[in-house]
Amino acid sequence: MAYRTPLARVRGLGSARAGAEHFWRQRLTAVANIFLASFLIWLVATLAGADYATVKGTLAKPQIAIPLLLLVVSGLVHMRLGMQVIIEDYVHSEGHKIAALMLSSFFTFAVGLVCVFAVLKLSFGA
Amino acid sequence: MAEARQTVERPLSPHLSIYKPLINMVMSILHRLTGAALYFGTLLLAAWLIATAMGEVPFTYVNALFAHPVGQLVLFGYSWALVHHMLGGIRHLIWDTGRGLQIWQVNALCWLTILCSISLTVALWAVGLALRGQL
Ligand code: HEM
Repeated sequence: MAYRTPLARVRGLGSARAGAEHFWRQRLTAVANIFLASFLIWLVATLAGADYATVKGTLAKPQIAIPLLLLVVSGLVHMRLGMQVIIEDYVHSEGHKIAALMLSSFFTFAVGLVCVFAVLKLSFGA
Repeated sequence: MAEARQTVERPLSPHLSIYKPLINMVMSILHRLTGAALYFGTLLLAAWLIATAMGEVPFTYVNALFAHPVGQLVLFGYSWALVHHMLGGIRHLIWDTGRGLQIWQVNALCWLTILCSISLTVALWAVGLALRGQL
């Protein structure tokens, strides 16, 4: 390795060839988010200040729970891709970058699971 | 992967501190900042949903946090970030089609983003509070 030029060392490593897919998914979820985030704003505005029974009952309705689940999935896929770009822009050391990307994925999956579990419990559970 | 290693002292190109802030640059930074804020703000949504699923006591507790002046300020900031990022995102989607890229159009779209995001957020809160008779 020590005798190889810097160019020879990076040749072939190239990009991960997933750039177009990343770009496309970010746009796809961006378009979905326009509708789903508008829905969330409406939902929160109408439920602000409401009592427990009302909030619980509303969130359990299929016509509310389903768009809410769609929002969670689309929003989280989108924000994970977005944070990946931010991390890759600012974190240059390979080890820190991989750690940050892993943390971001953990965060996303944890938030996603909590949200999905909560909505499903409200719909099907007690 | 290969990491960039500076071996020769080279002159640096002018960086952020040199440029006069232009509206498209400010909006670019704001899009990233609001995106990152929304990223962490998903915790608010998760807290609200899981508290509601857990029962009346956690729900009342989280509701009280949101109703507190500091909570309201956080929610106001979150709603602005969401509206601003959404409008900025729509601007990006327009640019992605190759449209609106003349300098005057870029500047107009950027000004439109910030003006609409502020007025829309204030209007949303005004309507929301008025409907509940708190305004
Ligand atoms: C409401 C509708 C939304 C639209 C239309 C939208 C649109 C976009 C677009 C087009 C980009 C790419 C910008 C670029 O290439 O420079 C982007 C980036 C991003 N978005 Fe969204 N987005 C929306 C909602 C959200 C939500 C709800 C979150 C977080 C929960 C989020 C988090 C992010 C992040 C972290 C980035 C990366 C920012 C950057 O690279 O500077 N977005 N968004």
